[in-house]
Amino acid sequence: MEYVSPEGLRLDGRRPLEMRQLRAELGAVSRADGSAVFEMGNTKVIAAVYGPREVQQRSQQLNDKALIRCEYTMANFSTGDRMRKPKGDRRSTEISLVIRQTMEACILTHLMPRSQIDIFVQVLQADGGTRSACINAATLALADAGIPMRDLVTSCSAGYLNSTALLDLNYVEDSAGGPDVTVGILPKLDKVTLLQMDAKLPMDIFENVMQLATEGCKAVANYIREVLIENTKQLENRRGV
Amino acid sequence: MLQNKSFVRKTKQGKVIKVVREHYLRDDIYCGASFCQNCDTKSARFSSPDSTILVVDTNVVLNQIDLLENPAIDDVVVLSVVLEEVKNKNLAVYNRLRALCSNTLRRFFVFSNEHHKDTYVKGMVGESPNDRNDRAIRVAAQWYKNHLGGPTRVLMITNDRENKRKATEEGISADTIESYVKSLNQPALLDLLVQPHFSEDMEIEDLRPSKKKVIYTEHKPMSEITSGIRCGIYHQGKLRVNRYNPFEAYVGSESIGDEIIIFGRGNMNRAFDGDVVAVELLPQDQWHTEKSLSIAEEDDEEDDSIHLAPNSADDAPRITNLPQGSSINSNIAPSRPSGRVVGIIKRNWHAYCGSLEPMAMPAGNAGIAHALFVSKDRRFPKIRIQTRQLGNLLDKRIIVSVDTWDCQSKYPSGHYVRTIGDIGDRETETEVVLIENDIDARPFSAQVLSCLPPLPWSVSPEDLSNPIRQDLRHLRIFSVDPPGCKDIDDALNCTLLPNGNFEVGVHIADVTNFVHPGTPLDSEATQRGTSTYLVERRIDMLPKPLTEDICSLRADVERLAFSVIWEMTPEAHVISTRYTKSVIKSCAALSYVEAQARMDDSRLMDPVTIDLRNMNTLAKIMRQRRIERGAITLASAEVKFQVDTETHDPLDIGMYQIREANQMVEEFMLAANVSVAEQILKSFPQCSLLRRHPSPTKEMLEPLLRTAASVGLDLDVSSSKSLADSLDQAVGDDPYFNKLIRILATRCMTQAVYFCSGDLSPPEFHHYGLAAPLYTHFTSPIRRYADVIVHRLLAASLGIYKLPTIFQDRPQLTSIADNLNYRHRNAQMASRSSIELHTIIFFRKRPTDTEARIVKIRANGFIVFVPKYGIEGPVYLTMRGEKGGGEWVVDEQQQKIKKTDGSIAYGVLQSVKIHMEVVEPQPNRPKLQLSLI
Ligand SMILES: [Zn+2]
Repeated sequence: MEYVSPEGLRLDGRRPLEMRQLRAELGAVSRADGSAVFEMGNTKVIAAVYGPREVQQRSQQLNDKALIRCEYTMANFSTGDRMRKPKGDRRSTEISLVIRQTMEACILTHLMPRSQIDIFVQVLQADGGTRSACINAATLALADAGIPMRDLVTSCSAGYLNSTALLDLNYVEDSAGGPDVTVGILPKLDKVTLLQMDAKLPMDIFENVMQLATEGCKAVANYIREVLIENTKQLENRRGV
Repeated sequence: MLQNKSFVRKTKQGKVIKVVREHYLRDDIYCGASFCQNCDTKSARFSSPDSTILVVDTNVVLNQIDLLENPAIDDVVVLSVVLEEVKNKNLAVYNRLRALCSNTLRRFFVFSNEHHKDTYVKGMVGESPNDRNDRAIRVAAQWYKNHLGGPTRVLMITNDRENKRKATEEGISADTIESYVKSLNQPALLDLLVQPHFSEDMEIEDLRPSKKKVIYTEHKPMSEITSGIRCGIYHQGKLRVNRYNPFEAYVGSESIGDEIIIFGRGNMNRAFDGDVVAVELLPQDQWHTEKSLSIAEEDDEEDDSIHLAPNSADDAPRITNLPQGSSINSNIAPSRPSGRVVGIIKRNWHAYCGSLEPMAMPAGNAGIAHALFVSKDRRFPKIRIQTRQLGNLLDKRIIVSVDTWDCQSKYPSGHYVRTIGDIGDRETETEVVLIENDIDARPFSAQVLSCLPPLPWSVSPEDLSNPIRQDLRHLRIFSVDPPGCKDIDDALNCTLLPNGNFEVGVHIADVTNFVHPGTPLDSEATQRGTSTYLVERRIDMLPKPLTEDICSLRADVERLAFSVIWEMTPEAHVISTRYTKSVIKSCAALSYVEAQARMDDSRLMDPVTIDLRNMNTLAKIMRQRRIERGAITLASAEVKFQVDTETHDPLDIGMYQIREANQMVEEFMLAANVSVAEQILKSFPQCSLLRRHPSPTKEMLEPLLRTAASVGLDLDVSSSKSLADSLDQAVGDDPYFNKLIRILATRCMTQAVYFCSGDLSPPEFHHYGLAAPLYTHFTSPIRRYADVIVHRLLAASLGIYKLPTIFQDRPQLTSIADNLNYRHRNAQMASRSSIELHTIIFFRKRPTDTEARIVKIRANGFIVFVPKYGIEGPVYLTMRGEKGGGEWVVDEQQQKIKKTDGSIAYGVLQSVKIHMEVVEPQPNRPKLQLSLI
């Protein structure tokens, strides 16, 4: 299958190093302390954050830092074939864990001992790169909730098909069975907090692909920063500052 | 800009789902004209502002690709919508179109209209996809017209009347392909055009539709075929036509797990070799009617050509042509399912090499003549073509493409593509051989040549100090090859150790030191797969500087090698094996004859001769052991030509003599290959490239057994060991008898094949002929790509290099192995054809009397094998045409043909005297004829 034409165009018309269109919106769930919708092309994810609040199960309380919980679900209508997906299957448990660990690495948990922060992420529409979109949505929702963080975490994936490194795979490219490297970084600190790949790649190619995904993360970070600044300006306007 | 494309699709499970895909529109897609002011011209193809730029539609590409490939057609815009449609309809045409677009000598430019912001069109309500695509082509043509402006003319080429009308309405110039080609004023180009309906005006005498004879059954509609396959009425598979009997074909069907035989052109129902077809099984009682069918139907086309004696079952006809009317056959022959083709799922039509059937020049008719084209490869039927240059083409080899085959025509219709040259001319015929066998004999591209190290090349100090490389220059290493061999890939040494053992080394050219994975040089070699040896020339897998100089282990120069070194006892037991990259300096490049002469000359006591004798002793023991294990000594009639260096004409022809020296070298090469196979499989059980030789089935050995039985010989074929033993015991009164039986046995077996170790289970790795559980090819990396792969595997297993990424991709590895088998097979076919060609050239001026052996009895004579020249062909007792003759009767049981009065009888394996002569029954069609003296 030809995923990159000799003219250098991918199936959806992007060039190999181009990301899909990004879109973000803050405050989509008014009851939550913070929420955001994040879109990467046709992948659309909503995240809501509750907390910091009292720990619901006393036994889980941590005395030196906040307890972070994360729940990831996929809406039944998120893919083309509507089928009821059992809650808590292996894939969603794994992704919940990935998101929790990634977010934990950037939340200043020691500032909020004996409290709990809940992050709910739901995929509304899936078209590849859901992991990355979830992390980006969660970051925005956390920022919206005003939770103290070391830095933003942003994520992006990159793959390798037809001997070409491709940024931000969509569903068709993702199902090609090639490697899919998902990277999460702390852009200001320039640190990698998440790196996942379930395929074999030679070292030199892997470095290229990872470098590309990291560049993608930085682009996402710039966009998220803009969204946050824009949002703050609007808040200021509304308050008449 | 973003567009969402949404469409409804049916999944494999039959569920209907809505699919939404993003579709990005861009403003950085350029027009491809180097004179354009607004566009980036980096990849531009159109250079002249006052040319006509053609925008072609999908059907023009699909039908007229031969025309497009002609250099007279240029400045073509290929729209991405057209590319996509072509790709879905015919992958072969798509690949040819892609090749045109990437060829920098041609001016074909791909315009991604589907992603250009101004040329993307959205399907309208009620508009069919075809109409939408036609509109997209018009929009793109319009855009080109407005964008280029000035003197440039944009012409849309379509044969769709509606589309052309709409285009004209919208102000776009549009034309049909016929009238465009006519406007070019090159009449020869018109022959390349596919004529839409031309079979109809062929049968001039039979114009009334009611009188038109339906020759073939109508193909079933696709929907019926798919449902038929699903419920098991039909079987899907690729049709393979028997190379030696074009009226017999096989379809390997997974649903039956066996091959279905298709007898006769009627049952093949217009399918070509390589087509994917749907087959319906015939009722069981019709399974044996084959003979009467195929012969009665197309008797006049029966093969009477003289050809090279087959070397394996792959070369020989699968089912022996038994004399007509014999009924004994039907109860011995295993009942194999036979069937008939009901539909063609995928065509495999391509271009065919051949010539026109001789015919008289027709009078008048405006110079247009209808002719029948006969493919040189007998697997393909005759093809009707229309030509305006009949006089020119009659004595030429030409290439023809097939266009259609409807059920009223006996033969398919096609069109002329190009002329190769005069029939019988050596160069023309050699090119035909190359084209037929899909062999790329073009010079290497500049890109490939740029991968070579600078010349003159020599071993550098870095090579010597490289820790992976052992310095073996002090060893007395020499090579033994056929005389005049320039691509020397192996050299040997044999050193007596102080403990009385021998250190024996096999040193192979270190090709992978120069051919790196992923380079253009490597991909070219992957594609070529093997060097091809024709009688008068060699087509190399690697460029000449590597083949004949840098890699070749010539005498007295330092070369890089990959060595396998054993310590062996004087009884040839291996004590240890090691592998290392090395630097060697060969002290002598001997020919087989020289080496043999040295060994035989008892006065010679120089070190090299002593080494040779020691090696020969070891090799004999190893060979004996291999034979005891059950290896079969195969025999084939290999001929050798002596070619005039100036004219390339054959001067002499004779059997290739095999000497002890050949066998000695062969023995060590076998041992090295086995050792390497073990080593790589140990390290890479999933992705090693090995070579296996499947055991022949009972059915395959049937012809051998029948022949042996008729001369009172009983062969035990239950295992390779028992067969080898019975072959050893098969000694008749005359000295050639044993060799003859071995030759007959060899041609019953299939050839060994390459495979990827992950694709099969270890018992299937077995090499029958060598009686070895594991085997591979390591010793000829200059001329076989398989050996290059094995060198990389061996290097990786020693930790010298990393394994290239390709080895992690099993499907790709499998496809490489398949390609190697295909190339290997084609190279052999080409060598054989080349020998046949030179045999005819040789005998043209030299009618000869010689001795021959009868190998098969026929109704009207017998087939003889001529050992001296390695050829076989029919000898007729009754003239062709006089059916049966009545004078001769065939005794099937004893494989004898007798005169009714009992005066003369000929039996199988009997020796006869024959006369060989080249005759020309039709002008420019020379052929060899054998007749009894
Ligand atoms: Zn332009």
